[in-house]
Amino acid sequence: MTGAYLLSQIVNGLVLGAMYALIAIGFSMIYGIVRLINFAHGDIFAVGAFAALGSIAIAALPFPLAVLVVLLAGALVGLLVERAAFRPMRGAPQVTGFIASLAVAIILENLAVMTITAQPRTFAIPAWLGALVPLGSISVRVVDIAIIVLALVLTAALVGFVRFTRTGMAMRATAENYGVARLMGINIDRMIALAFAIGSALAAVAGLMWGAKYGQISPLMGTVPGLKAFVAAVIGGVGSISGAVLGGFVLGLAEVLFVGLLPSEFSAFRNAFVFAALILVLLVMPNGLIGKSTETRA
Amino acid sequence: MSAPAAFLLRFALPVGIGAALLYAATLSLDPYSLTILQFVGINVILAVSLNITNGFTGLFSLGHPAFMTIGGYVTAILTMPATRKTAMLRDLPSILAAHEWPFAASLTAGGLVAALAAVIVGIPVLRLRGHYLAVATLGLIFIVQSFAVNLPGITRGALGLAGLPPVTNVWWVYLVLVLTLLTCWRVKHSSLGRTMLAIRENELAAASLGVKVARTRVLSFALGAFFAGVAGGLWAHLVTLIAPGSFSILLGFQLIVMVVLGGTGSIAGAAIAAVVLTLSTEWLRPIEEAAGLFGASQIIVAVGVILVLIFRPSGLFGTAEPNVFGAFARRRRHAQSTP
Repeated sequence: MTGAYLLSQIVNGLVLGAMYALIAIGFSMIYGIVRLINFAHGDIFAVGAFAALGSIAIAALPFPLAVLVVLLAGALVGLLVERAAFRPMRGAPQVTGFIASLAVAIILENLAVMTITAQPRTFAIPAWLGALVPLGSISVRVVDIAIIVLALVLTAALVGFVRFTRTGMAMRATAENYGVARLMGINIDRMIALAFAIGSALAAVAGLMWGAKYGQISPLMGTVPGLKAFVAAVIGGVGSISGAVLGGFVLGLAEVLFVGLLPSEFSAFRNAFVFAALILVLLVMPNGLIGKSTETRA
Repeated sequence: MSAPAAFLLRFALPVGIGAALLYAATLSLDPYSLTILQFVGINVILAVSLNITNGFTGLFSLGHPAFMTIGGYVTAILTMPATRKTAMLRDLPSILAAHEWPFAASLTAGGLVAALAAVIVGIPVLRLRGHYLAVATLGLIFIVQSFAVNLPGITRGALGLAGLPPVTNVWWVYLVLVLTLLTCWRVKHSSLGRTMLAIRENELAAASLGVKVARTRVLSFALGAFFAGVAGGLWAHLVTLIAPGSFSILLGFQLIVMVVLGGTGSIAGAAIAAVVLTLSTEWLRPIEEAAGLFGASQIIVAVGVILVLIFRPSGLFGTAEPNVFGAFARRRRHAQSTP
């Protein structure tokens, strides 16, 4: 095995990890505030991929503008889902919201299949994104670097927002203690909606990246990456943004290296590996790598 | 009322009436409708058995499709003619390859293997709660599927096992259905069932009263898995095929929907919801095809679920059983008491 091979596998792992990280942030933010595992999150990722296809291939928007459109489309769908499905059942047992999110996922997937068919589509990227750049002993595509950089920039912006603005402080307060935050005059509804909007926007951008990286998208593409991103959020520690990012990169790297370094007969066990890792992490470190132990045991 | 008479009224009589109706159905219905009837029966078995895990004990498991896959494969491998087994399944131990088992024994074996898998998986995984358990059991579906795809010497990989003997018929389904309902009913009204409900309502309180929480959880998980395994075997021999993707997350979701709509913990509720949902999907399908809107029926069902969760969060019946005789008696008492 050559060093170059290992290095290119690491780059692939980082790219996959960047996408997992962006999806996982949404899971973590939403879970942090309303204790809901939003199963429809993976489908918002798919919505983002199709918004990107529409704005790049059909509307021929320049790439940075397309990113903006995708962010807005994701935020809009996230807000819509929160308002229609989750807000009316606030205060119900956890499991209720979980089932509702499964229902939302099915609605989104079938709406997509009905309107744009389940046929996978090719996702063409501008030529400059496909160009190769030499990096040490290997050469990587511009798109790979763009994905990692964009993911880091968005994450940094989010962390800055949550840490240094008034609204960010209100969001942290809501996640810390819902009831007390309300007593302090924070508009809980708006904070929850904001968490959904931000989380969904980031997942949508991950959808764009997925299309750009692998060149093919379909309405049902979101299920498995969505679930894996949830695994990433758990590995990092659910509820923490930096934990989600860390978990995303760890899982992306681990998955790619699992497939790339072990003999090929194991590579088909890729998904099994990810979920086995989840179960293991939940059992050994239920609070994840950097999560706080606030969950009650009983 | 003496105990045998009560048993006759509550159990033997309905079973007899059901059998008579079923006999009438086999004489009058076309094969297509009979197939639908069998799917309805299998779905009732699945929903009612999932209700043991999710409804009684309150463990949020999505893993039923995984156990159906295990049970389906085990049953299929056992019933397959020995000549085909030696030709197609090279890695099968020779004891299994040389014989073909009768259907009843194969179904039981399928259920037992599924239950065993549930015990092995359950001991670590059932320490998780709520959401985490749901996602871990969901992961179980993927793990089982990976094994089914990647052990071609036993499962023929992604091709699946096709051309199984079509031995499932309405009577097999009815027999398993009756056994499932009877077991669930007996469990719910036993001390074990009350233990399960106690764990669901307040685990800490139950534990401090001496309930063996971990053991009861694993037991209810395994019991649900047993019937899922048997149902997987029935299903495989109804459609004469079992493949890694036969039982998907979507099915797991539909089963959860049945349990939730019926009222978590209500046997009759789960059964009724299973019947209604299976039939309505079946009836909506021609409309869907005529309109060219594939997937519309699933959207309708999903919207219905959200509405029920918002407006009637405890489902149709809650944990109670609709008591036909009891309601009748109450009405009479009520009529007598009003002058």
